[in-house]
Amino acid sequence: MKRLRFNQQEIVFAVFAVLFLAFSVFLRGFLTPENMLTLLQNVAVLGILGLAMAIVVIGRGIDISLIAALAVPPGLVLQMVQDGHSLPASLLTAVLLTIAFGLVNGWLIAYAEVPSLFATLATGLLLAGLGQAALFQLDVVQWSDGMKGFERLGQGTILGIPTSIVMFAIACIVVAFLLRRTRWGAYIYAIGDNPYAARVTGIPSRPIIVLQYVVAALIGCFAGLVMAASVNSMPTRIFNSTLIYDVILVVVLGGIGLSGGRGGVLNVIIGTLLIGTMLNGMTIMDISYAGQNLVKGVVLLLAVITDSFLNPRNEETAQQGDI
Amino acid sequence: MRDTLTSLRYRYWPDHLLGEILSKRWTETAVPVILLLIVGFALSQSIDHFLSPASLADTARQAGEIGFIGLGMALVVIVGGIDLSVGSIFALTDFCALYLLDVLGWPVPAVVAATLLCGALLGAVNGVLIGYLRLRAFITTLITLIIYRSAFDLLIQRYSNDIAAAFPDIPSWNFIGGGDVFGIPSVALVYIAIAIFGHVFMTRLRPGWHITAIGGSRRSAYNSGIPVRRTIALCYVASGVLTSIGALFFAARLGTVGGDIGVGLEVIVLTATVLGGITLGGGKGSVTKSLVGVLIVLLITNGLTTLNARGGINRMALAGILLVAAMVDIRWQKNRTRIISKVYVAPTYHALPPPPPTEIGKGGPFEQNDKLRDVQLIGLGRIEAPEDVILDRNDNLYAGSRHGDIMRFLAPDYQRMEVFAHIGGQPLGMAFDRQDNLYVCIGGMGLYRIKPDGTVEKATDETNRSMHSVNDDSRLRLADDLDITDDGLIFFSEATVRYEMDEWPIDGLEARGNGRIICYDTKTGATHTALRGLKFPNGICVAGDGQSILFAETFGCSIKRYWFAGAKKGTVEVVMDNLPGYPDNINLASDGNYWLALVGMRSPSLDLAWKMPGFRRRMAKRVPVDEWLFPNINTGCVVKFNEQGKILESFWDLRGENHPMITSMREHRGYLYLGGIANNRIGRYKLDNADPKFVQYDKRWGKLS
Repeated sequence: MKRLRFNQQEIVFAVFAVLFLAFSVFLRGFLTPENMLTLLQNVAVLGILGLAMAIVVIGRGIDISLIAALAVPPGLVLQMVQDGHSLPASLLTAVLLTIAFGLVNGWLIAYAEVPSLFATLATGLLLAGLGQAALFQLDVVQWSDGMKGFERLGQGTILGIPTSIVMFAIACIVVAFLLRRTRWGAYIYAIGDNPYAARVTGIPSRPIIVLQYVVAALIGCFAGLVMAASVNSMPTRIFNSTLIYDVILVVVLGGIGLSGGRGGVLNVIIGTLLIGTMLNGMTIMDISYAGQNLVKGVVLLLAVITDSFLNPRNEETAQQGDI
Repeated sequence: MRDTLTSLRYRYWPDHLLGEILSKRWTETAVPVILLLIVGFALSQSIDHFLSPASLADTARQAGEIGFIGLGMALVVIVGGIDLSVGSIFALTDFCALYLLDVLGWPVPAVVAATLLCGALLGAVNGVLIGYLRLRAFITTLITLIIYRSAFDLLIQRYSNDIAAAFPDIPSWNFIGGGDVFGIPSVALVYIAIAIFGHVFMTRLRPGWHITAIGGSRRSAYNSGIPVRRTIALCYVASGVLTSIGALFFAARLGTVGGDIGVGLEVIVLTATVLGGITLGGGKGSVTKSLVGVLIVLLITNGLTTLNARGGINRMALAGILLVAAMVDIRWQKNRTRIISKVYVAPTYHALPPPPPTEIGKGGPFEQNDKLRDVQLIGLGRIEAPEDVILDRNDNLYAGSRHGDIMRFLAPDYQRMEVFAHIGGQPLGMAFDRQDNLYVCIGGMGLYRIKPDGTVEKATDETNRSMHSVNDDSRLRLADDLDITDDGLIFFSEATVRYEMDEWPIDGLEARGNGRIICYDTKTGATHTALRGLKFPNGICVAGDGQSILFAETFGCSIKRYWFAGAKKGTVEVVMDNLPGYPDNINLASDGNYWLALVGMRSPSLDLAWKMPGFRRRMAKRVPVDEWLFPNINTGCVVKFNEQGKILESFWDLRGENHPMITSMREHRGYLYLGGIANNRIGRYKLDNADPKFVQYDKRWGKLS
């Protein structure tokens, strides 16, 4: 099995390389510095979200509400600064909102035992609805003077590398450390591999699951801040887009099995590169938004089918109602 | 004073109903129905013209369209999956219908057929992926949602102008969209027809049961030979078809293809499904639940729109309802049995005066002795749980066993034991009729007749259902003891209608009049309930006058007499009360008196607890079952009494080694045969001064000529 998974990584990486080469050769304007910058910047936000999703998926869950966490708390920061509050106070409020949101998600999944897909589908709608109804005046929250300096989170370069890439790298290192070097990370793998065995061995499964969703929401919020900083606004209607499927695509294509307990940060990076290249190439080829979605959907479907063959569900530990 | 209040409160307040109502399946449908009524009432108060015919017809049209999708979703959820792609299928089939009609100009029947086929194909994609390839339903339909939606977006970019330009005026198409029959919209009529078929399909037909079985436990369904993969796949196909029916009506009503058709529809339908009480994860659900859920969600969203709520609020309300409903449903499914078992036990007030003494030296008829110390033992270690023993006129001995058999010990030495008849339930009381048939009360099954050759026939297992009982009391749960009158009426006791055979001691904890006496007429085969509200009625014996029966109320600690014929017909009289123990079977003695078994003796602690219902309820809620205070049934005795209610003699086994536990006894040719439900033996005691020729059969039915 281990050999097979290694193969999947290799295959995905090879597909990425072939695709990249093919685009470089056949697509005019693909291998230009500006395009590479756009690609990497788009990829950065997607990659950070992929990290958040990876944590949850490794723990045998899924978080559909990540886009809400990406859109609403950062949007709140921009809105509050626009309304005259100080930046630190706004950031603090947003972080508290994110933590509260993560706690709600985690509580619903760990304690109320609502299936994770279902719970996050609903909480995502709830948070997006809250933003739409109560927090934002316009769908696109604009940058204001109070945010001055904060755009450096997503723009410019550090040591010649675009900042958003650096942010992605930092997030990767932090998540890799969490997953591989802490007891908490080991617990996540254990829970994802076999939740009942994990509970029986005395791992505090429920608090750990809550923690997963809190961390995922925080990473989502961080991704949102990076995104807002790089485009100088927060388009909150992004919640209605299909971004979340891109994130799932990153995780599944990268080789993190949906049945949990497998994969790591490296898989996210590989998946991100592949998806980033694919999306960028399709944009240059001027495929319409709907057409892109169609291609993405089909690729995702193929990925999920492949995943179900490579990482078959364990019928013994698959829950009743694990839909 | 306090006791009086307690007794009144427990006599008139129906504590036992809560548990019985909760254990009914229909409570799970009742909750959403009540919610629907509340929502409907609240909206009709806050919105003008909410209940006007025009408004209702409009709601009915929308409800019909979404209702079809709700039915499809219900089917898929019951089979253990979920279908998020319904919104996109709705959009695509809507486009399909309008494209065929407006652009290609197909006739209406062909359009309808093609649209349904389109829905079936789209559903079949889901079905193959989830049913045959066994992908996860949620993620798969999420992906097909995007794919179908993208396809729809691509298609309307090309054709929306063509469709918008056409204004077909076809009567049949207009009827589909806006017609009505006697004021009922066409869509509602079709919905009703399909809903009725769906109800029959799910509850009465084999495929419907297969669907529920797969949702309940996929693996067990597979092991029992149900075609799991095909059934699941077909459910998704059905969901696609039902969605396309909804889309057809929608297309005929509005005739447009906007880009946002069906966006977010899956959340609305899913909310409706969960809110209606269809359990996520499968195995439970009904057409009614689906309809009620759709109505609630539709009323709420329409109401919010009418009240000019912002889009975000609508979204939040849906998501919030969805979450709360899912949470309630999941917690309820998980804890249902625990909650019911906690509230089911409903003890009541039951006061008894201090019992007559039984101690040695205190005198009285119950004074303990050691007469049973040396009873002969029959079948020691070979028989289990002979609740009742009986002898036929050829002196053979019959006894029930825990394994569901009637055992026969052959005369004269009762060493040879054989299985006389296999029944399958635990035999309790037994009696011979005039034709040598053995009638047996079987716990959990009812009244059965065993012919002399050993064939088993059911006599009755049901009685008339009482009007005001919540529990279905038409089935017999615990038929206990019986006797047969000269006219061929069989009176038998049913100890409790609230507990099963294995839980009978809990009825003693409750001390409520849950039992009844039922009469089965061997001539007509009819069964009716003669007396109800008895505290664990047990032993029954036809009295000497042939017009009345004596019966024991085990937890009432009394013997009563009931006249079924003659001048006092229908009356009940107390023969003896305040017995020191719990009376069990009653049988004839050779001298015209009666034998009575006391299965256990009363204890001061339980007597006190019986006066404290609150205490017993707290005990039932907080303490594990094996630590509850139960009636003692380890030590008892046999007494002889007469019709005036005077105790004449008592028989004890003080050392408790030979035969301390007695539930039944029969006198036969100068011996007393003893049975006990917890025993592994039958006792045989030589009676002094008894008629050595006495045979119960001969006494009742006359000597063999």
